[in-house]
Amino acid sequence: MSSHPPVRDWATDFDHTDSEWVKDPFPIWDELRETCPVAHSDRYGGTWLPVRHEDVAAVAYDTEHFTSRQVIVSEARPGPNDLPAPIGIAPPITSDPPFHALARRLLLPAFAPKPIAALEPFTRELCCELLDGTSAKEGFDAAVEYAQEIPVRVIVRMLGFPQEDAPLFRRFIHQIVEAVDVPAEERRELQEQGELGEYIEARINEHLEHPQDDLTTFLLEAELDGNKLSPDHVAGTMVLLMVAGIDTTWSAIGASLWHLATHPEDRRRLAAEPELLPTAVEEFLRAYAPVTMARMVSQDFEFQGCPMHEGDWLLLPFPAANRDPEFFPDADRVVIDRAENRHAAFGLGIHRCLGSNLARMELTVALEEWLRRYPDFELSDPDAVTWSAGQVRGPRTVPVRIL
Amino acid sequence: MRVVVDSEKCQGHNRCYALAPEIFDVDDLGFAFAIFDGDLPPELEAGARAAASNCPEYAITIHEDEA
Repeated sequence: MSSHPPVRDWATDFDHTDSEWVKDPFPIWDELRETCPVAHSDRYGGTWLPVRHEDVAAVAYDTEHFTSRQVIVSEARPGPNDLPAPIGIAPPITSDPPFHALARRLLLPAFAPKPIAALEPFTRELCCELLDGTSAKEGFDAAVEYAQEIPVRVIVRMLGFPQEDAPLFRRFIHQIVEAVDVPAEERRELQEQGELGEYIEARINEHLEHPQDDLTTFLLEAELDGNKLSPDHVAGTMVLLMVAGIDTTWSAIGASLWHLATHPEDRRRLAAEPELLPTAVEEFLRAYAPVTMARMVSQDFEFQGCPMHEGDWLLLPFPAANRDPEFFPDADRVVIDRAENRHAAFGLGIHRCLGSNLARMELTVALEEWLRRYPDFELSDPDAVTWSAGQVRGPRTVPVRIL
Repeated sequence: MRVVVDSEKCQGHNRCYALAPEIFDVDDLGFAFAIFDGDLPPELEAGARAAASNCPEYAITIHEDEA
């Protein structure tokens, strides 16, 4: 539950932690597209919200007027000198050009399609093990017992952390991604007192002593312009990989399973035509895109007639762009064989989700193995389904009954 | 029919490589390029069209033959 007062008016007072938005943001965006396509709210110290595909894309491509220095809107709005520009706290997602390209180039090879394909057997085995642990007879929570476990265990393996630490990550991630409506002081303390910082430092020290064939050692040995990365850069990127690689894919897997539980015709078709799954996966990504990014306005200027001021927040809702009827025919319908699908679930422009190949692989394998095991299932308690608050949207409880 | 990938626009979404690996490949950084320089065999034309119409960055263009 949000600690903020309920929203009075979505065009002038929106809040992405409001319970109405959390439960079902689509009607809000549909109405704004018609009435006020770039909304403004005084909350969080001043925030903008474009909801049309055209405007979301324009912001994503405009790195001159919008900075990525901080990409999670919260009460703890950084001042002009609070964060190291152009690096930011978690490079390269918080970096701007030209540094961004250097930090990103370093990571791209590890997340290219071919190295990610090599992780598929591990992921498949993991999915099968998780399904072995579920009880078809009594029903179980597909979000908690299945979807949540997959990305966390894959990223833990990629970073070379102990598998038994997976549960710790969920708490760290909640602090960063979901606890955004707490007062600024509380949020700064959460970030600074550093349980997560200590954890990362311990893993870095272990890897310095005993280098491994994993991303942590890769980052520690990587060089930019002949220099090792600064310790802050290494730790920031590790936090980024954890945060960006877990909540997001968990949400996409959970939302896809929720869709299949509530749409028997799609479920039956996919179980009968597994070759359609890659196309359906893109449609699930479009319709249930988990990630809304954010920018800060870097200089005063006018955007679509709106007076933007340096330091204003701007929410960048790729999920809203993906439901724009001007850009997608039948935007509000999930069409699992949609042939033309230029969705923006992984963003647009230079900050395209670094882990998109990984996310796609995990989502496809997770659904493939699930449907192979459980072609027929439904929600056992539709009212018990809950959705996460903040900029990563996905179901956090999906109680299912296997039919 | 010929296909061209605009490397300035490509951001490595890899939709083309997933949809038509017989036409597109990706480099070590995950950026796409067309394997076919010249005319595509007719049986690959549908794959090229699918790739072009699923690229979020509009990085793929199709050039139909004049003949």
